[in-house]
Amino acid sequence: MTRTLTADEVEAGSELPELSIDLTPTVVVSTALATMDFTPVHHDRERARAQGSKDIFLNILTTMGLVERYVTDWAGPEAVIKGIDVKLGVPAYAGDCLSFTGTVVSCEAGRVTVEVRGKVSLGFHATCTVALTLPPAG
Amino acid sequence: MSGRDPRPATSVPAVAASPVSDDELRELAGKQAALGEVRGAPAPDPVNEPMIRHWLAAMGDANPAYLDKGLAPPAMAQVWTMQAPRPGARDRSPVDDLLAALDAGGYTGVVATNCEQTYHRYARLGERLTPATRFTDLAGPKRTALGVGYFATWNVTWYGDGDEPVAEMLFRVLKFRPREGTREDRPPYPLQPAVNQDTAFFWEGAKSGELRIQTCADCGRLRHPPGALCPRCRSSRLTYTVASGLGTLYSYVVHHHPPVPGRETPFVVGVVELPEGVRIVGNVVDCPPGQVEIGMALRVTYRPMDDRLVLPMWAPEEP
Repeated sequence: MTRTLTADEVEAGSELPELSIDLTPTVVVSTALATMDFTPVHHDRERARAQGSKDIFLNILTTMGLVERYVTDWAGPEAVIKGIDVKLGVPAYAGDCLSFTGTVVSCEAGRVTVEVRGKVSLGFHATCTVALTLPPAG
Repeated sequence: MSGRDPRPATSVPAVAASPVSDDELRELAGKQAALGEVRGAPAPDPVNEPMIRHWLAAMGDANPAYLDKGLAPPAMAQVWTMQAPRPGARDRSPVDDLLAALDAGGYTGVVATNCEQTYHRYARLGERLTPATRFTDLAGPKRTALGVGYFATWNVTWYGDGDEPVAEMLFRVLKFRPREGTREDRPPYPLQPAVNQDTAFFWEGAKSGELRIQTCADCGRLRHPPGALCPRCRSSRLTYTVASGLGTLYSYVVHHHPPVPGRETPFVVGVVELPEGVRIVGNVVDCPPGQVEIGMALRVTYRPMDDRLVLPMWAPEEP
């Protein structure tokens, strides 16, 4: 990721390359701790199971972070993220795989809106709208 | 106040008589909203490079822009003001009182539904963010797929050193009344343990993910299964010790026949020796019966059998 897309290179309907992340226990735990979320269901499998969950699962702050990463991986380092709206769906458990897909829904005067979906084996984990700005051409 | 997580409903039985009525909930919601924006304590740490680097590494985010420019990834906004993992150090916000009242009203389940963040600018290295929480809306009671519940919405704004907003978040949770029975109407497990005053601590422990071993409060002797008197000093003063959850297989049988209600054969019943000095009977799971062997290292695992019963079982310890 060295080059940033410019506004003229993006149009409504453009698709983002898919990104799949294996949700190993290490990913779930290391992101929970990096986001300062010490709720036991994100790092303690026995506690998570005792309350009826299949396993430990991703915390929301990480979902936000991964959505941001997914969009900036595509857009490049000079893109500026203005907002991320997430509708939460099924939990993303350790052992599952989280796959992101995205489509540009609008691009006007360098302001871009992208719809992102994060899917796991149980269904949609997150349905998101991300607003960002891209530099002008040239 | 930080976001709540989309954890599945706990299977706590619904409160029989609600001590908090719907009218009282609406009244409290109005009061909390009228408080307006309530400032919390400033972030314990200023925006700093080590936490950003740690976050980027955990997310697998290779974007060099943040550290090159001395800026924090915007999705880290909430990270700076998360609560420490110590109890008692909480900074109460208008939302906490309302969520507590919803719990008291029997709406004990919680699932986050929306998290919407707006970034006015990226936070800069060295600045200390201060959160301010505004309770905005309580909608309900509504029928949802999870049960009857309320949608509670609040907003958090993070202010920078110059007292201007850096980021804002809308957060919404559904607080719902877990249905009688269960989420999936799971039938009760046919083989229920006899729970009495001598053994209740053990089953409550299993539900909260603890393997509790009865311990004599006078001489400290551990014993299992639980009983009324200490076999060494005959004291009736009891307490318990939380075991490490590790063990080795002392003996076992593979049950093939006859059929057992609620179970699929074959299954393994083991006697597990704990390093704490007692033996306990339990199923050996996550391992084909043919690969079970005496002396194998095991670790306890907690299996919900129905909405109320959790059985401690034993799985091969992962190397």
